[in-house]
Amino acid sequence: MRKLLIWLPLVLFLGFIALFASGLFQPDDRIIHSRLVGQPLPAFSLPAAASDRPPLASAQLATGQPRLLNTFASWCVPCAAEAPQLEALQKAGAQIDGIAIRDARADVDAFLKRNGNPYARIGLDARSAVQIALGSSGVPETFIIDGKGRIAYQHIGDIRADDVPMILDRLRAAQ
Amino acid sequence: MKALIALLLMLASAPVFAQSALPPAPYANRQIADPALERKAKALMETIRCLTCQSQSIADSNASMAGDMRSEIRERIMHGEQPEAIRTWLISRYGDWVSYEPTAAPILWPLWAAPLVLLGLGLLLLRGRIKKKARS
Repeated sequence: MRKLLIWLPLVLFLGFIALFASGLFQPDDRIIHSRLVGQPLPAFSLPAAASDRPPLASAQLATGQPRLLNTFASWCVPCAAEAPQLEALQKAGAQIDGIAIRDARADVDAFLKRNGNPYARIGLDARSAVQIALGSSGVPETFIIDGKGRIAYQHIGDIRADDVPMILDRLRAAQ
Repeated sequence: MKALIALLLMLASAPVFAQSALPPAPYANRQIADPALERKAKALMETIRCLTCQSQSIADSNASMAGDMRSEIRERIMHGEQPEAIRTWLISRYGDWVSYEPTAAPILWPLWAAPLVLLGLGLLLLRGRIKKKARS
């Protein structure tokens, strides 16, 4: 017993080394995914965020056709980088609605003028209330809403060019 | 190697998403007039994790989203909602992760059992020592 016990510290030590090494090679996933994926979109009704687009309410997202719901902000750099991909999605037939987080109408107008406007409707979430209700923790994020108004998928971070086909596939799958 | 560097840069860039210049929500930095309600709200805010800074509670964080969450919590408390109901509502959005208060979920049973196990081990050790001393 005592003879075996003497190896215990070494075994513990090697165990810790293995633990730390696995942590090094497989870093923690720090992205917080929304728990609402697969569930109905929370009800909301937001005022218009841009001068030339109507406001957005959750009821308008359950139209029988899947839609994209993109959260963005004029102050968010990755959102500007994402604009060409949203435009490509729109050209491919995707219906896109937007929610501008912590924003002001003049800033949203300027942002859309600079980066293009792929949105059908844009709601203004000046106090992140809808963002919190969605279980979203940053901008940009893109939700696929199926025809019944359920969240089918959450894309966290900006949509890169090589994400576009995947988003279109998922949009078709949400039919 | 290049991919690894890009990956590391991406990891570093995620939390640095800019903040907006908009003024904070009404109750982000203002206390509730009723001190009893404010105490309730404060106790809850200290156990809710900030989503954009991740190692602070929303009570300690200057992130604009933490301010929005504080305002949301204070307003809900003022409307008579119970702190635990608000915590449940947040957990249903962000998962257990958002709360610093450990739950009774099975994955946490070892955490709750640890003090008892350690105490038991200590008692065993002590008994061994006392026996040895009694013999010598």
